[in-house]
Amino acid sequence: MGAGNSSQIYQGSGWKLLFPSWIIIGIFLLAPVLMMGVYSFLTKEFRGGVIWQFSLDAYDQFFFDRGLFGDEPPRLEWTYIGIFWRSIWQAGLATIACLLIGFPTAWFIATRNPKSRSTWLFLVTIPYWVNLLIRTVSMKFLIRDTGPLNEFLLSFGIIDAPLGLINTNFAVQLGLFYSYLPFMVLPIYAAVERYDFSLSEAAADLYAGRWTILRLVILPVVKPGIVAGCILVFVPSLGAFLAPDLLGGAKTFMIGSLIEEQFKGNAGNWPFGAAASMILLTIVMCVLLVYARNQNKVEAR
Amino acid sequence: MASPEIAVSVDQVVKRYGNVTALNGVSLDIRENEFFTLLGPSGCGKTTLLRAIAGFEDVTEGHIRLKGQDLVDQPPFKRPVNTVFQQYALFPHMSVTENVLFGLLRKSWSRQDAERRAQDVLELVQLSDFADRKPGQLSGGQQQRVALARALAPRPEVLLLDEPLSALDLKLRQAVRMELKAIQRETGIAFIFVTHDQEEALTMSDRIAVMSAGHVQQVGTPKEIYETPVNRFVADFIGETNLLDVQVLSVTGGLAQVLMPGNRNFKCPAAAVVNAGPGHLSVRPERISVCAEAAGDLSATVIDHTYLGTDIQLHVKLVDGEAMSVRLQNAETTLMPETGVVVGLSLEAGAARLLAD
Repeated sequence: MGAGNSSQIYQGSGWKLLFPSWIIIGIFLLAPVLMMGVYSFLTKEFRGGVIWQFSLDAYDQFFFDRGLFGDEPPRLEWTYIGIFWRSIWQAGLATIACLLIGFPTAWFIATRNPKSRSTWLFLVTIPYWVNLLIRTVSMKFLIRDTGPLNEFLLSFGIIDAPLGLINTNFAVQLGLFYSYLPFMVLPIYAAVERYDFSLSEAAADLYAGRWTILRLVILPVVKPGIVAGCILVFVPSLGAFLAPDLLGGAKTFMIGSLIEEQFKGNAGNWPFGAAASMILLTIVMCVLLVYARNQNKVEAR
Repeated sequence: MASPEIAVSVDQVVKRYGNVTALNGVSLDIRENEFFTLLGPSGCGKTTLLRAIAGFEDVTEGHIRLKGQDLVDQPPFKRPVNTVFQQYALFPHMSVTENVLFGLLRKSWSRQDAERRAQDVLELVQLSDFADRKPGQLSGGQQQRVALARALAPRPEVLLLDEPLSALDLKLRQAVRMELKAIQRETGIAFIFVTHDQEEALTMSDRIAVMSAGHVQQVGTPKEIYETPVNRFVADFIGETNLLDVQVLSVTGGLAQVLMPGNRNFKCPAAAVVNAGPGHLSVRPERISVCAEAAGDLSATVIDHTYLGTDIQLHVKLVDGEAMSVRLQNAETTLMPETGVVVGLSLEAGAARLLAD
């Protein structure tokens, strides 16, 4: 027998070589999720922490309203479902905004000459060398009523009164958009860079105008990049708490803030926070599963 | 005004990219229902010209007319010509049928008519069984035929083909040549075919335009291009030839009197632009025969043989040191001179041609 290929050489010792990755996955992925899962079924202690006693109270509190003293017949509790719904919707709008700006940006970069592309990509990532918290606080200062944006517009007489951007849904979306834009740009860039521009020529040759080419050829071909970008923006936006906390008000409360509150200080309710996390995780998993299913179907065809 | 049988008329087209001139005043008439080939080495401007006809390149100067109508200001999607691309450029997310339907639906055919037409063209290229496959599931040859079907479906006035066979392997390429020619006859539209492969050009074309350095060197039938090249470039590019440096004594009525290396006189046809003085005599290796030294137009020393199966190639050296090659048919009766022997070479009357540079 010859030297053999690597798969033969390492056959049988595969699990040993995979050990480091299993440790990483175990410690940083499975263990925390498992802990959350277990905590969500425990009884709360009033100053934070848990009592090791099985209870469904956390989930019950999330979905049902049993009155002030817990003795009324259960009614569906809309408060938390509402917060979830608002979060999905905010994250969705932020994703759409990222897509609308990110796609042309990625297209622009991918169609520059190969030498300057890396420079453009570098420029896109520069703001992200600064901590997310600092960027979000800066955004707050920029758009508040006495901030540079309003003062600039006022001094030029473009507006008569401050825009009142802060503490609105729009401000939250702006924050989310700014936080996660590169996650949209990079995968789309990767897809557009691989796009064969002779496909556009072929479409033009077959009597398609510009918009038809975009709709029927370019978008379907770079779709994997677009979907990846949307997931990478939507998922973290859904659980984000910095942007809604700092830029939004009480009315723009999102899941991230709700969960954060349960674990902060003495006022928290750990099992409830864990239950909300598990529900969020489930939603995200569903989104990803639907995507994976679609992808498989496309490949199978 | 172009006469009615001209499909595409290229009129003094110039294309410059910055300082580089890709097309330098090209004029051509492509007739209806003809298989027309643009042949030349890479960088000669043939692909640029094809892309200018398709509308992917703007021309710097000049006009391109399709059946008398100027195309120059029309965007590609308004020109009634279709292209078969070098790498096919099939839409990877669409099935074979959807690819073929694409152009038809953009030209607002009804769904029903378009589907019938798609079926017909897929039948023409013998791909009916693969209609529902994606391009990624087809072989190179099948993809090439999808590209052809897609371009033919909307009934273009002219079909443009940009080296469509170059991505295929040799065996397939030879089979597809005949098929392509048959399809051209069947559809009855003009094909403008770009290639750098002279064999491809000779076997398929009704007429060939040989291009080099942004100029058209010669336009003619394969026979004209091969047998009566107008200049040294064409003679050298098409097939194999011997180019001898000779002294032209006189030219009268297309016939030249020349002094061969070794100082023998020789009479041969001359290209139109040749004058007295130094010249080049082009003679194909298969148009030379070996004879006794005194009887030949040239005398030469045999250097080597190469066995080619159907032929034997003889490498010889003239008195002035120039190398020549002679092709002898591989037959019982062929006399094969030994290496080192001095022989006479006689050039077939009319087959040797005097050329300008």
